[in-house]
Amino acid sequence: MLRFFLRRFAVAVLVALTVLTLAFLLTRMSGDLAISIAGPNATAEDVATIRRVYGLDRPVWVQYLDWLGRALQGDFGESYFFRDRVANLIAVRMPVTLTLGLVGLAIALVVSLPLGILAAVREGSWLDRGVGLVAIIGQAMPSFWLGLVLMIVFGLQLGWLPISGVETWDGYILPGVVLAFSAIPSLTRLTRSGMIEALSSDYIRTARAKGLSRLSILVKHGFRNAAIPVVSIAAVQLGFMLGGSIVIETVFALHGVGYLAWESISKNDFPVVQAVVLVLALIYIALTLLADLLNAVLDPRLRTS
Amino acid sequence: MSALLEIEGLRVTIGSTAAVRGASLVVNKGETHCLVGESGCGKSITALSVMGLLPRGSRRETTALRFAGQEIGRFNETEMSRLRGDRMAMIFQEPMTSLNPAYTVGSQMTEVLRRHRGATRAQAVDRAAELLARVGITAPGLRLGQFPHQLSGGLRQRVMIAMALMCDPELLIADEPTTALDVTVQAQILRLLATLQKDLGLGILLITHDLGIVARVADRVSVMYAGEVVESAPTAALFAAPEHPYTRGLLTCVPVPGKVRRDEPLGSIPGVVPRIQPGFTGCGFRDRCAQATPACAGAIPHQQAGADHETLCVLAPGWKAAA
Amino acid sequence: MSGAAMPMSRGGRLLRNPGFVVGAAIVGFAAIIAILAPWIVPYDPFAIDLNRRLVPPSFMEGGVPQNFLGTDQLGRDYLSRLIYGARISMVIGVLTVITSGLIGITLGVLGGFYGGRVDDFVVFCITTRLSIPAVLVALAVAALRGSSFMLVVLVLGLLLWDRFAVVARSTTMQIRNLDYVAAAWCAGVSRWWVLTREVLPNIATHLAVVATLEMALAILLEAALSFLGLGVPPPLPSWGLMISEAKEYMFFQSWVIIIPGAALFVLVLGVNLLGDALRDMMGTDLSR
Repeated sequence: MLRFFLRRFAVAVLVALTVLTLAFLLTRMSGDLAISIAGPNATAEDVATIRRVYGLDRPVWVQYLDWLGRALQGDFGESYFFRDRVANLIAVRMPVTLTLGLVGLAIALVVSLPLGILAAVREGSWLDRGVGLVAIIGQAMPSFWLGLVLMIVFGLQLGWLPISGVETWDGYILPGVVLAFSAIPSLTRLTRSGMIEALSSDYIRTARAKGLSRLSILVKHGFRNAAIPVVSIAAVQLGFMLGGSIVIETVFALHGVGYLAWESISKNDFPVVQAVVLVLALIYIALTLLADLLNAVLDPRLRTS
Repeated sequence: MSALLEIEGLRVTIGSTAAVRGASLVVNKGETHCLVGESGCGKSITALSVMGLLPRGSRRETTALRFAGQEIGRFNETEMSRLRGDRMAMIFQEPMTSLNPAYTVGSQMTEVLRRHRGATRAQAVDRAAELLARVGITAPGLRLGQFPHQLSGGLRQRVMIAMALMCDPELLIADEPTTALDVTVQAQILRLLATLQKDLGLGILLITHDLGIVARVADRVSVMYAGEVVESAPTAALFAAPEHPYTRGLLTCVPVPGKVRRDEPLGSIPGVVPRIQPGFTGCGFRDRCAQATPACAGAIPHQQAGADHETLCVLAPGWKAAA
Repeated sequence: MSGAAMPMSRGGRLLRNPGFVVGAAIVGFAAIIAILAPWIVPYDPFAIDLNRRLVPPSFMEGGVPQNFLGTDQLGRDYLSRLIYGARISMVIGVLTVITSGLIGITLGVLGGFYGGRVDDFVVFCITTRLSIPAVLVALAVAALRGSSFMLVVLVLGLLLWDRFAVVARSTTMQIRNLDYVAAAWCAGVSRWWVLTREVLPNIATHLAVVATLEMALAILLEAALSFLGLGVPPPLPSWGLMISEAKEYMFFQSWVIIIPGAALFVLVLGVNLLGDALRDMMGTDLSR
């Protein structure tokens, strides 16, 4: 058990280092960074100055080691555009993105778990097929478009919710719903298949033979076992949601890290882009590690062996 | 002796298979009734339909289904769930998968008493520990905190038995409880069941395909074939004078020390148990039976072959002796 | 997915699956439109007419019969642009699947077939890829290199191979460990033989399922990139770009975003329905 986690942790560290390297290469392999920073109206002299000031005249591997060393200490340099420490920029915007991701995950779970369980209990019925259809529709929904349509309907026509921004808590509802849509299909399917497997198992027959209540059979004995894979996928989905936040935050003008990345991309502000890619990747890695830990807590066969 | 469980004219259809076709049997208080037959003959379905645990898509009809004098054939799911685990309990063939891997032995045992008797946690834990000791598990306190995967198959089956006894049931249905276990463990479990029955006055319906087990523990035997009880008798009578050709066939398949010589080949019944469609009439065994006559396709009479010895066959009782 | 690998009974079952029929109809229709686009458009999709801007569709109030789906903010015929948009979505979808399929299947089969360190490396690649936020990286690359049609294909292809690799790896492993394959192995056949005769034909159907799902994802991501202004460059009528360009007017004339969005939704739904029907038939496990 401990060995499994040490190994798992070592792999996570290695993946993180690889992502760090990729994030560095991402900006370096795309032409001359100094020209990009200087912008279209710069003279050759400006470019030379920028190259010197930002240390871009050093050999690439020196730049890499320098950048890696700083990044490992949480120092992602300074933004060209915002004139602020990149770490500060991200720290200020992160709460919005995290809140959005958690709201999205919460909505997704509240919808998917009951739907998946219902579909499993009534396997093969019209209800089951209906749930399957909902999953396919959710999968086909372009999130940015859904966001715009919800804005028109609930923001403009019905006037129930704010159209953009999160000055009040209800600003999170529409973007949260849109974000949840991307996770609902896979969570519902997994809950359904897990429940079908659990409900057909011998221990459910034992639970029924013990005369337990229907709720106890379904939830305590059935869902408890179906939940184990759902937890891992939920963590992974949260990671994907945070990664996909750039689209939603742009649509709803939420000032989270996704929006920050979007602004920085259009302003050629590469240190910020690099750092956001990195931070989101690290969060994903941490989430999958956490999912494995949670699995071990939930599954006694893993925990005690 | 008074009847504890009376099944009369039980019919179960699953999809397009007539799994049980008018089976009747009686389990008396404090007696072990063995239900024997090949796989697929409807033994397990009979047991599950008593408990109300039939798989989805199955239909059950009975002329009568009485438990302790009460008609339970019309009971709904809520009423049945109050009986199950409380007054009638069941253990299964697969001890490896019949316990929930996510909960400790203690948690799974105590929930029975808490559900049916509203016992407190402490009371339920005491009762569970007492029963674990009763079924021969050492260090019950330790076992209560363990998960199923930490126990061997034999231990798990003991836990299943102890769990079934939590509410002091009157009837215990055991569906091939030893089939999945090692031979040495099998003997221990059977001895345990026999002791428990004597001490607690349990009525046991034991389902098995192993005639060796029947000879050792049964007070009474019912032989099932293709969804019907073809012969029912006290154990000694059945082994001494089997009437139905199928029962005779089954008995010749088993080596009996002293009776079967070393070089003598054991008997066998050609063919397999057929899948019976609804609407089938006559004897289900006739295609495999050496004594089959055209009459076997008609209605088959229940005949008395002696005191408490009943057979479902067109042949006159004692036909073998007469032949 | 060759005819030989799919016996008639399976084909017959597929035709009785309503999801498959609807999906095939949608995708087939989109494919025909995409191929015939230059010959069936009523107008030049790039022709600007500033005098006739934002004319509503002909079935709405204020619409004219000439422009069935109206005109956009530059007076271009919406139906013609929508038809060309189908072409862009289909081509991007197919090219991305080919690119990502090549990468993913190669990695997955290698890992599943050789196991050991090769497999460790493949799993590591998959884990790393999954931890990279795809949309963000695609946007960043597009911004750095200047967006173009081929760049979108390349970036999406380089980012969407993970599921191909996961499924190719697990199915290859299963087949490799089958008794009869092991027997062939022991009989001294070459690796190449096992790979081409046993493994590839047997994983092909599972990969077809992945291909449909990846195609749907690629179409959605292209639209998202174009919506954010870093996908297919204007004036190409990508559906995502159409939504983005029409966004300013959506509160006054909601049809300007409803039409391209609905087209996008229906096409992706069709591809997904196809994939789902195939998956139900194959029993491909896509959970990861």
